[in-house]
Amino acid sequence: MTKLLEVKGLHAGYGQTKVLHGIDFSIEQGSVTTLLGANGAGKTTTLRALCGMIRRSGDVLLNGEQINRKQTEDIVRVGVAHVPDGRGTFTRQTVEENLQLGAMTRGDRAAIAQDMELVFSYFPILKERRTQQAGLLSGGEQQMLAVGRALMLLDEPSFGLAPMITREIFEIFRELNRKEKVSMLVVEQNAQIALELADQAYLLETGRIVFSGRADDIRDDENLRKAYLGY
Amino acid sequence: MELFVQQVIAGISTGSIYACVALAVVMIYVAIGHLNFAQGEMAMFSTFIAWQLITWGVPYWVAFFLTIAISFVGGIIIERVIFKPLDNAPILSHVVMFIALLTIITSAAGFIWDFSIKTFPSPFGSAPLFGSSLISAHQAGMMAVTLLLLLALFFFFRYTRVGLALRASADNPVSARLVGIRVSWMIALGWGLATAIGAVAGMLVAPVVFLEPNMMLGILVYGFAGAVLGGLSSPGGAVLGGFLVGVIENLAGTFIPVIGGELKLTIALCIIVLVLVLKPGGLFGRATIQRV
Repeated sequence: MTKLLEVKGLHAGYGQTKVLHGIDFSIEQGSVTTLLGANGAGKTTTLRALCGMIRRSGDVLLNGEQINRKQTEDIVRVGVAHVPDGRGTFTRQTVEENLQLGAMTRGDRAAIAQDMELVFSYFPILKERRTQQAGLLSGGEQQMLAVGRALMLLDEPSFGLAPMITREIFEIFRELNRKEKVSMLVVEQNAQIALELADQAYLLETGRIVFSGRADDIRDDENLRKAYLGY
Repeated sequence: MELFVQQVIAGISTGSIYACVALAVVMIYVAIGHLNFAQGEMAMFSTFIAWQLITWGVPYWVAFFLTIAISFVGGIIIERVIFKPLDNAPILSHVVMFIALLTIITSAAGFIWDFSIKTFPSPFGSAPLFGSSLISAHQAGMMAVTLLLLLALFFFFRYTRVGLALRASADNPVSARLVGIRVSWMIALGWGLATAIGAVAGMLVAPVVFLEPNMMLGILVYGFAGAVLGGLSSPGGAVLGGFLVGVIENLAGTFIPVIGGELKLTIALCIIVLVLVLKPGGLFGRATIQRV
């Protein structure tokens, strides 16, 4: 398997406060990787650092190409899509406009229309509501919209959703990964559901990676689970 | 009754200028969160460029569109050179910069073209429209051009990808960057558009108020009043606010004897104060809650 994303010695923080103290991890092509950890461990910061939304240092290689010095817009343009926590919905625009915004970096109108139909096939409810203002959607629907808009870095997709909706969304992540071969990095507090989806997992604690391995191994290791994940 | 109708129509036609200025102000406001005090002077400078072109013998409509293009580029350059470096600077830095821009542009215009009052041609002529005493040809032309401009802008923002990107950048800059929109350039584009709209307003109003470096001073106040009345966060509201201010100003000037022609500008200030006290969000704006 080839490495899609490789991160080496990533440091990042906000102003004077350092949050990440040199973390290393990688994502294999076509796999789902999850980043687990408690509140304040640095999960969201990791995603923000990858996308250049905050100051960072270290190596970030996408398909072997250094993207660490690039601007957010340019990182997005080479194929890294980040669904931020709070989903980043454009609340004043319609559902359809939100999806078009997700395709902003592409020029091929026919392909965009085709992909929009694909999104609608995964999330039929969005098709029904395509002309509605996106701010009026429920949390679950907004998450669907965010996923339809972008794929790859998912920051707490389960946040604020009912357990049933969470299941549904994760089921679709699985399907997208299998059928469309989309690689994902999922950041979650809900370790249980994330581990079911993921191939590879990393545990983050106060800005350092304390464990990495196959998702199945973590799930089967009761001591590890109890120590870090609390279930 | 005829006087009333006449004044309403006159109000709508000057209101169309206020609407353009208000729209220009709002476009920059939604992009960078500050009121551009120099908007009027930028429009005045554009009008001088048009005047110069016409004086050199360029046909009116060629000069008209050439001026719009020059203003568009000029607006982008002003943003890139002056305001982009200020990006996250405190509000006071912006205010100082706007005032600096205002004085520099006024002085530059005075230096280049001197402060004497100049006539500016109207492509529509000043004769009454179809011999009617209700409205002059230039007033009708002003309304028509404004209407066309507003329609073009509406379609641009509603149905084009760049328009969508502009709206998205103003509403949610963080997410906009995450979908790959170059937000910083969208802000520059907003400046370009605002400056171009201001240029149209300047060229349309110049035949009425005559061209000189201070011609937009009062008009900018009316424009601000329109923007505040409609809601600073709502471009559509600002346009309507501009028209309303035009009508209110004209009716009050005509029918309230104390006000007359001299105290008209006071009305604009009264509107600003009243709206800010009673309904700070304006008629169509959203009341903004800021995290501190």
